[in-house]
Amino acid sequence: MSHGHTTGKRTAGWMGIHRGHQARPVERLAEWFIVGVSFSTIAVVFLIFIFVGKEALPLLLGRENSALLTEVIPAADLEKIPPAKLRAYLDLTPEQFAAMDKETLKALMEVREEALKEIPEEVRKDQDARVNTTEWRYLVLPHQWSGYDKPEYIWQPVGNIHKYNLVPLIVGSLKTTLIGLAFAVPLALGAAIYVSQLARPRVKEWVKPGIELLSGIPSVVMGTFALIVMASFFQKIFGYEVRLNAFVAGIALGLAVIPLVFSIAEDALTSVPRAYTQAALALGASKWQAAYQVVLPSALPGVFAAVVLGFGRAIGETMIVLLVCSASVMSWSIFDSARSITTTIAAEMAEAVSGGHHYRILFLLGAFLFAVTFVINLIGDVVIHRLKTQLEGKRA
Amino acid sequence: MSTHRQHFRSKGLDFSSAFFTSLTGFATALILAILVIILLNVFLNGWSGLSWRFVSTIPQKDFFEAGSAAVLPMIVGTTIRVFVMTLFVIPVGVITAIYLTEYASTTSLYTRVIRAAVNNLAGVPSIVFGLFGLGFFINFIGKNLDAALHTAGPQFGQPAVLWASLTLAVMTLPVVIVATEESLKAIPPGLREASLALGATKLETICKIVLPNALPGILTGAILAISRAAGEVAPIMFTGAAYYMADLPKKVTDQFMDLGYHIYVLSTQSPDIEKTRPILYATVLVLLLLTFSLNLVAIVVRARMRRAMRALH
Amino acid sequence: MPEVTLQKISVAGGTESAPPSGPALIEVKRLSLHYGATRALKEISITLPERLVTAFIGPSGCGKSTFLRCFNRMNDLIDNVRIEGVVKIGGHDIYGDDVDVIELRKRVGMVFQKSNPFPKSIYENIAYGLRLHGLKAKSELDGVIETSLRGAALWDEVKDRLHASALGLSGGQQQRLCIARAIAIKPEIILMDEPASALDPLATARIEDLILDLKRDYTIVIVTHNMQQAARISDHTAFFYLGELIEFDTTKKIFTNPTNKRTEDYVTGRFG
Repeated sequence: MSHGHTTGKRTAGWMGIHRGHQARPVERLAEWFIVGVSFSTIAVVFLIFIFVGKEALPLLLGRENSALLTEVIPAADLEKIPPAKLRAYLDLTPEQFAAMDKETLKALMEVREEALKEIPEEVRKDQDARVNTTEWRYLVLPHQWSGYDKPEYIWQPVGNIHKYNLVPLIVGSLKTTLIGLAFAVPLALGAAIYVSQLARPRVKEWVKPGIELLSGIPSVVMGTFALIVMASFFQKIFGYEVRLNAFVAGIALGLAVIPLVFSIAEDALTSVPRAYTQAALALGASKWQAAYQVVLPSALPGVFAAVVLGFGRAIGETMIVLLVCSASVMSWSIFDSARSITTTIAAEMAEAVSGGHHYRILFLLGAFLFAVTFVINLIGDVVIHRLKTQLEGKRA
Repeated sequence: MSTHRQHFRSKGLDFSSAFFTSLTGFATALILAILVIILLNVFLNGWSGLSWRFVSTIPQKDFFEAGSAAVLPMIVGTTIRVFVMTLFVIPVGVITAIYLTEYASTTSLYTRVIRAAVNNLAGVPSIVFGLFGLGFFINFIGKNLDAALHTAGPQFGQPAVLWASLTLAVMTLPVVIVATEESLKAIPPGLREASLALGATKLETICKIVLPNALPGILTGAILAISRAAGEVAPIMFTGAAYYMADLPKKVTDQFMDLGYHIYVLSTQSPDIEKTRPILYATVLVLLLLTFSLNLVAIVVRARMRRAMRALH
Repeated sequence: MPEVTLQKISVAGGTESAPPSGPALIEVKRLSLHYGATRALKEISITLPERLVTAFIGPSGCGKSTFLRCFNRMNDLIDNVRIEGVVKIGGHDIYGDDVDVIELRKRVGMVFQKSNPFPKSIYENIAYGLRLHGLKAKSELDGVIETSLRGAALWDEVKDRLHASALGLSGGQQQRLCIARAIAIKPEIILMDEPASALDPLATARIEDLILDLKRDYTIVIVTHNMQQAARISDHTAFFYLGELIEFDTTKKIFTNPTNKRTEDYVTGRFG
């Protein structure tokens, strides 16, 4: 204000700047709102973790019992036994259990007793009938089931004895995924090197939309194509016995993964400063030498990330393997059928009783898959991030 | 001079260069060739099965037979679930992208966690989203809603269009965020500075300068999310897709028939795969036409946007 | 116009010893600015007079642009910037707790190094700022837009295509449009950050004429790396080096008889 007399009436306006931050409530509300909404991404990751994990939790805590035969608990003992044990005995979900009064529980216990008594004698004699197959050792170690002459890994969730060994599924996933990568990685990397380093720029304008279109093919369509066309085609070439096998599924998986591996690798290769290539060319290197000896080594972490993320994408792919092969045999042979983790979840969730042990095992598989892809994505992202900062530092 | 030239033109060098250029070129060509083969195969085999009746009527329960097969409810179901998904994912995705580009400080822990979450979400297998939809939307939110509203029988606590759409919205969130972020970053910082220097608030700058210019990019993100979601089957298997329904869905708590899921059903449940094959191909063609037209639109819009942005820089 | 300029310079040159010659509008006391751990500006104190042109010169990276951006708090937009010291405009501390940056920026306009018209029509470019500040009526808008374009010496060139895209203008025209956009909202101070550095000599000359014209109504602070330009248009010149204010005096003194050895080396072209 002290300057008012010298600067005329307009300077009185300088007083106006003292409106304070409080003068703009809309602005602040909007900012809070935007921050709040952006939190939803973090929340979603947590919720996935919690709610997929939650359904599998009773299993992890050993609260499930899948044994066909259990000791009969007389209805008179209702008051004596702990609620958790009673709930498992009656095969109830916590909500159901909580909603029941003593009379209903007693009635249920009598029904259960009847049911246990009605199990035929030959099943009763089977020692496997008393086994809780949801225990860890049955989930991961081979077991000699009655009727088998040696310990084996078996996934056979339906029937009197629920066999939940996870190893065949993990092997199935790895088998199809590795076949897919063995097919996809050389092709995708070759194409990435060609498009980013060797080809004329015009080629890029055609290849990139083409590969984008390939990534736009829904996996259920890719699976159908593999089921109808590729399976017969490969059988004619290789003449193997089982028409629908891990090999066909793997190749189809590879086709689905190519766009991802290509785009990450191409991105990494393009982000290597042009000056590197030009320096090499100026020294008399050919385009290929410049690409192979200069660009590729600098972009190697990005190529690695492309492969790792491709692995994550392939192991999580569901529909292709589901359509092409689904028998759960424990075999490393690529021309045998294979059932992956994802396929198992997709195929069996519909028949699993909500809250039952089969249902929980499927969620356990989902949680496992989530954990695996979580770690893989983390590794891939860290590697890419480091590479980018490193290359940007060099460019500056 | 001539001896020098000969030194430079070493034969071994030329050979390896030519060899690897053709090898990598061959890899590129092979990928594109496979793409063309798939498209041609689907198109040639599916074209004859397409008819107006096929896309405009509701099929009989016995939809494996040529006479009773049709895909109207699947087209409707897929369209509805994708549309409802868009209603959720676009606002959340765009606002998150605005936070990341316009508000977030690049160094803060919160921002880094959001970025990690977005990247992570993009890599979660689609079947896990299906489990999440079942465990969270149906079993948790749906069942609790039923309990709170005292509905007679399950109303929300069962598979439905709403839950399938929400599951897909969660799945496509990273697609929208990444595409929107890219288009926001492409806007020259000078425009924001110009607006702020004129005394615009941050919100005014975002609404009047940043967003209008980013619109093509946001649109691209939406289209990519839609085309990705339209073909997804795994997330909706347990959250809303039905094997057969005699009627079209009427409310968001109804189940629905879906193109992709129907393809799966036709491929695996048919009593006579040879007879079903033409129907299967026609259905695949319908789905491909739907997703590809969306993809093409996205590619064209994005190319235009990049050109427009280049003019600005 | 050139005659007026010469006069002004000679008037300013008359009080060689103690700038500023007019009433102070901007007062800076011991201002330091840090980017994270590095200090980009070191304890700068300066007083800028009203309705004169002050030029900031110095080699690139000396902090002159950063310092300019302290006056409308554009540095607030950058992460990790910390500012110490006092900046007073019209007697008011602009970094005070109760200051609304938006109100401040309405009063301190800015023209950037790279012309940055919005991808809208010429008309809408100017209307944007006016609408922000509550001017909505079409007739009023039309009037102010014409006055501003005339003020920026652009009216005759664009009056027939006001609704054509601003991106179709030449570089020099775009920059004058940015000036028109800035003066439309009637600021009191106009900050110019190397406004002519990307322009050809002819367009530069037009901008310089415009600046001389504008100083009748506005206080202008201009950053330039072109010493002839500083000599031609400014009344006072401040020389910055490595984040420090080395010398501040009338333009005449700085260019003819600088006190500091480094100033002399710079203005005579021995480095920078």
